[in-house]
Amino acid sequence: MSTTTLAGREIHVDAEGFLTEYDEWDEALAAQLADQIGVALTPEHWDVIRFLRADYAETGQTATTRRVQAVGGFPVKQQFVLFPKKPGKKMSYIAGLPKPAGCV
Amino acid sequence: MRRLLILGAGTAGTIAANKLRRMLDADDWQITIVDQRGTHYYQPAFLFIPFGRYRPDKARRKASRLIPSGVTRVEGEIDRVDPDARRVALADGTVLPYDYLIIATGTSPHPEETPGMEGDWHGAVHSFYTFDDAVALRGALAGFTGGRLVVHISEMPIKCPVAPLEFTLLADAHLRERDIRDKVDITFVTPLSGAFTKPVASAAFGGMLDERGIAVEPDFMVESIDAEAHRLVSYDEREVPYDLLVTVPVNKGAAFVGRSGLGDELDFVPVDPHTLRHAAHPEIFAVGDAAAVPTSKAGAVAHFELDVFPENFVRIVAGEEPVESFDGHATCFIESGAGKAMLIDFNYDTEPLPGMFPVPALGPLPLLKESRFNHWGKLAFEPLYWSMLLPGRPLPLPAHMSMRGKRVPS
Repeated sequence: MSTTTLAGREIHVDAEGFLTEYDEWDEALAAQLADQIGVALTPEHWDVIRFLRADYAETGQTATTRRVQAVGGFPVKQQFVLFPKKPGKKMSYIAGLPKPAGCV
Repeated sequence: MRRLLILGAGTAGTIAANKLRRMLDADDWQITIVDQRGTHYYQPAFLFIPFGRYRPDKARRKASRLIPSGVTRVEGEIDRVDPDARRVALADGTVLPYDYLIIATGTSPHPEETPGMEGDWHGAVHSFYTFDDAVALRGALAGFTGGRLVVHISEMPIKCPVAPLEFTLLADAHLRERDIRDKVDITFVTPLSGAFTKPVASAAFGGMLDERGIAVEPDFMVESIDAEAHRLVSYDEREVPYDLLVTVPVNKGAAFVGRSGLGDELDFVPVDPHTLRHAAHPEIFAVGDAAAVPTSKAGAVAHFELDVFPENFVRIVAGEEPVESFDGHATCFIESGAGKAMLIDFNYDTEPLPGMFPVPALGPLPLLKESRFNHWGKLAFEPLYWSMLLPGRPLPLPAHMSMRGKRVPS
């Protein structure tokens, strides 16, 4: 684990740059994280990100693309349009959450 | 008399029944196991059957012979758990009340989850995760003389996540033996960003695929299969053509788990990863592939879970706090063809690393490296599965993963 400076403050991140502390995230930081990976945030993006944050607070795990569809109501196809190529990784990166743990 | 009910008589349920019958007093505890199949399969064989290297009938035994005396075996389909009334209803109307419930009903492939997949099942679309699928694929491979072979994972998590990679490596070796490798393009299509889930192993496996001239199509999330045109189509509109598709369909837990309100969006049971206990219903546990815990769905994981879970269960029913905690330990042999295999050993926190296993420096089994010893290890395991693992007798492997003998690459 290491730290980096973003939006004028120090944050804790893992080797791939995913935030490791849930409470270090806010919406200003999300805008910067999105900018880093070339995603321009629209209200639709924010809806998905707010769902991910709330779901993580409830379950302690990052929602997979399937869960974002099944529970959040955002079809996988739409997730691919909003967060091209790698929606699972990009959504969690911007939302300041660990990568979804489906990958084991 | 207290009642323990185990749902599922696969690897995890059978080990749990055997161990807990010995540990719980027969005068105080009635143990019942619901068997939905009647047949117990040695599932690692499903990987060898397609290549004609394993006689299919050797892979199955009557499940009833593996359940110890003193455990009541009920055969039937599970309809629903009523966690508030603490009872389980079977499809035939039987009602089984319990004080404690262990869900061990595993994971199953669901080809119907991907549009177009079922329509050409056992045509140009095959799999090897069930006995029937493995036998059907044996016929398809024997008749395959050239073209595009695509090995495909639909979505994570899947049972035995190294198996698709093993299948690919064995297919490469099989086609070389038949002298037709140069007539076949092999592509490995995965929703992951590389050949495996964890970085060090992914790099090692990626190198092996590369050496063998096997193409990898990463980050591919299948949206549908065009069965007529023989193409996989992804959500981001990439297409992969095939002549023979060997797919791993979406994996889901048992449907009754979802119907009973006990599952996640894939019908796996969310439980504490260290105690395997359900958060909302402390008298319910899930073991083996049925549990939604962040480690591999694999027999080795069921084995290590059941090295620590029964002691914990005995403490819990005695009113004590659970102390031993499961660490996500998994140990998997990975057949790489031509009489060799790799071995990986990992847990929730530590990814598969190079080194020697189980004894540091001496091994004899090298980790993350091809070796004949590992292949022999895999073969030697089969009789132990029936004679030691399922009856719950101790195997000389530590329940918790150890860093001894492992090297962290710089």
